[in-house]
Amino acid sequence: MLHLNQVEFTQGSFSLVANFKIQTGAKVAVIGPSGEGKSTLLHGIAGFLKPTRGNIRWAGEPMPNHPGLRPISLLFQDHNLFPHLTVFNNVAIGLNPRLRLSAPQKKQVSLALQKVGLQDRNESYPSDLSGGQRGRIGLARVLLRQRPLLLLDEPFAALGPALKDEMLEALDNVLSSNSATALMVTHDPQDALIFADQAILVADGYASAPQPIQEFFDDPPRALKAYLGNRT
Amino acid sequence: MAGGVIAVIIRIIGGGAVLVALLAFSFSTVLAVALHGDGLGTLGSYDWQAVRFTIWQALASTGLSVGIAVPVARALARQDFKGRSLLITLLGAPFILPVIVGVLGLLAVFGRAGWISQGLDLFGLDRLSIYGPAGVILAHVFFNLPLATRFILQGWASIPPDRFRVADSLGAQPWTQFQLIEWPMLRAMLPGTFLLIFLLCLTSFAVALAIGGGPRGTTIELAIYQSFRLDFDLGKASSLALIQFVICGTVAALAILIPLPRNDGHGLGLIHTRQDVQSNRIIDFGFISITAAFLILPLASIVIRGAIHLPELPNAVFAAAWTSLWIALISTSLCIGMALSLALSFARTGQTTQKLVEVVGILGLATSPLVVGTGLFLMIFPFAHPMSLAVPVTAMVNAMMALPFALRVLFPAIRDTYVDYIRLRESLMMSSGTWLWKVILPRLSKPLGFAAGLAAALSMGDLGVIALFADPDLQTLPLMLYRLMGAYRMDQAAAVAVVLVAQSLALFWIFDRGGRRHATS
Repeated sequence: MLHLNQVEFTQGSFSLVANFKIQTGAKVAVIGPSGEGKSTLLHGIAGFLKPTRGNIRWAGEPMPNHPGLRPISLLFQDHNLFPHLTVFNNVAIGLNPRLRLSAPQKKQVSLALQKVGLQDRNESYPSDLSGGQRGRIGLARVLLRQRPLLLLDEPFAALGPALKDEMLEALDNVLSSNSATALMVTHDPQDALIFADQAILVADGYASAPQPIQEFFDDPPRALKAYLGNRT
Repeated sequence: MAGGVIAVIIRIIGGGAVLVALLAFSFSTVLAVALHGDGLGTLGSYDWQAVRFTIWQALASTGLSVGIAVPVARALARQDFKGRSLLITLLGAPFILPVIVGVLGLLAVFGRAGWISQGLDLFGLDRLSIYGPAGVILAHVFFNLPLATRFILQGWASIPPDRFRVADSLGAQPWTQFQLIEWPMLRAMLPGTFLLIFLLCLTSFAVALAIGGGPRGTTIELAIYQSFRLDFDLGKASSLALIQFVICGTVAALAILIPLPRNDGHGLGLIHTRQDVQSNRIIDFGFISITAAFLILPLASIVIRGAIHLPELPNAVFAAAWTSLWIALISTSLCIGMALSLALSFARTGQTTQKLVEVVGILGLATSPLVVGTGLFLMIFPFAHPMSLAVPVTAMVNAMMALPFALRVLFPAIRDTYVDYIRLRESLMMSSGTWLWKVILPRLSKPLGFAAGLAAALSMGDLGVIALFADPDLQTLPLMLYRLMGAYRMDQAAAVAVVLVAQSLALFWIFDRGGRRHATS
């Protein structure tokens, strides 16, 4: 269980308060107007921002300070991949950032690439690949790292509908094989409905507790109504 | 559409004419120098020593400037503190600071009578002496470390912050992060930065004139000046000028292969929030404070001393200020006129023409004012007394020297406007006149003001060709300052320096502010 206990994150004059629990294995959409702190929430959970108040617990234990020690995998919209590393190394870096891998570890990397269907692009560079393929490399790394908590910051926002559906499905496979908990920031209610079973609204300096997703959209909070307009 | 085609042809002919005139101007001076030279055989060991020193000091100065700039830029990229943006702005100042003023400031801190020497004296230690090689390198670092820092800081700021977050979340240690994220950026940035600063150090005559000299501290340009002014040996001056041209031309040829850094000041405000910010605070602030002190102390000492001695300003300062202002205004109009016609004509045409214009810009960088000056002197000499043409010659050469910088500001701005709006123009069937006056020029207002400010300030501070051409009656402010320093009247020199800096900054500010005021975005 992920527990944000009276947490406050502050960035300049902006602050965000969160106080909620997320059950292990839940898939949670993080929704809200832009600039209201969706990414701040994710960066805080990931450990890039130190809370000015409160604390974050995972499975009853306080989270370690360094982001690298937290039980977390991250996926951003861009910049998940290092442009000067090959596809293989971009995945391998998830096991060992210094890229010194044992033979069994190399095998694991190949296996992860195989699972996302990129086993024959080992030696390519990210710039040689399509947007969808790049997304799948990111997923292969997540798969490989086997971290129980996955944070996604609009990872598929730049993809077309068909590709997006394909990625959401691939993500679903990754999640079920890792039995991981996931939080995904998204702009698109449609994505949220496909991916998530719960939703958090981030608005007015406050991240609400997760609600079942159907309820959330059937009877949206006021701030969400304004954000969605007539599109529900 | 016929009108449009004609307008295009006129513009290309106009730009082409400027291009041809520029090339003719550079190459005719070089040709004059080459024809008049006595050949390499007449050069003595003193001259060859100057050749060696020129290259050696430029390598050392560039190595130090870039080498120190890397940790300073890294510190600025990740540490946030009060005055950070002020310091970054200040890093841009030495570029438009008159060289002779910077040297005077360095002498006030590091010279025989400077603060450090006085401190050493108290403890019975030897005073410092920075005339010669050490002074030349010190001054070059003073001027180029800030420039290099800004270039490299821009490289750091261009790294997407998420990349550091990914590396952090993967548990990459600082050294691994450096290899993974920062080294690839540096590998792309450093060659161009090194090359640009190396070129600037090869052709910085004023530094050598003011603080160099002696058998171990004479550059080729200083040797040209000496054979000119002291021995009036035009043959030797020409041979030396040819060597200088060959060296700079070779380095400039490299610059065509290696992209030079763009310094448009974008994104310098970005601060990376990284995990290693706290643990590196002490070392980072060490680098930041030493650099800031190295920049600020010499300038502050001149301003204070000059302000105290302002009442002792020689009367001739007004005439000198007036001459400097005129030369600066003429050379600014020339420079902006040339830059605009080149940029408007070639900004949207094919790769080859763009490369050609870039080469012209680099050529301007590699052109030594002393080489052009020697060539012009030789060309004018048979027909008129060169000294009587000192003002127009100086204005023209100053305009050429500032051209590469103006082009680098204007060219991308015009190209971006074309890329962003050309389709809109076509769909509105806008005539080329409307396009020029209602779209291009208004959108150029900011870069145009900035480029004009640069050109004016650079000309105001110039102590190059004017030193070669001026007779004793003609004074610009930098020349007057140099003569006062030569006479060891340091108080008056400081007072003149204050006037010169005030006038340069005021001109820069007026142009730059004028451009910004008219800019809409």
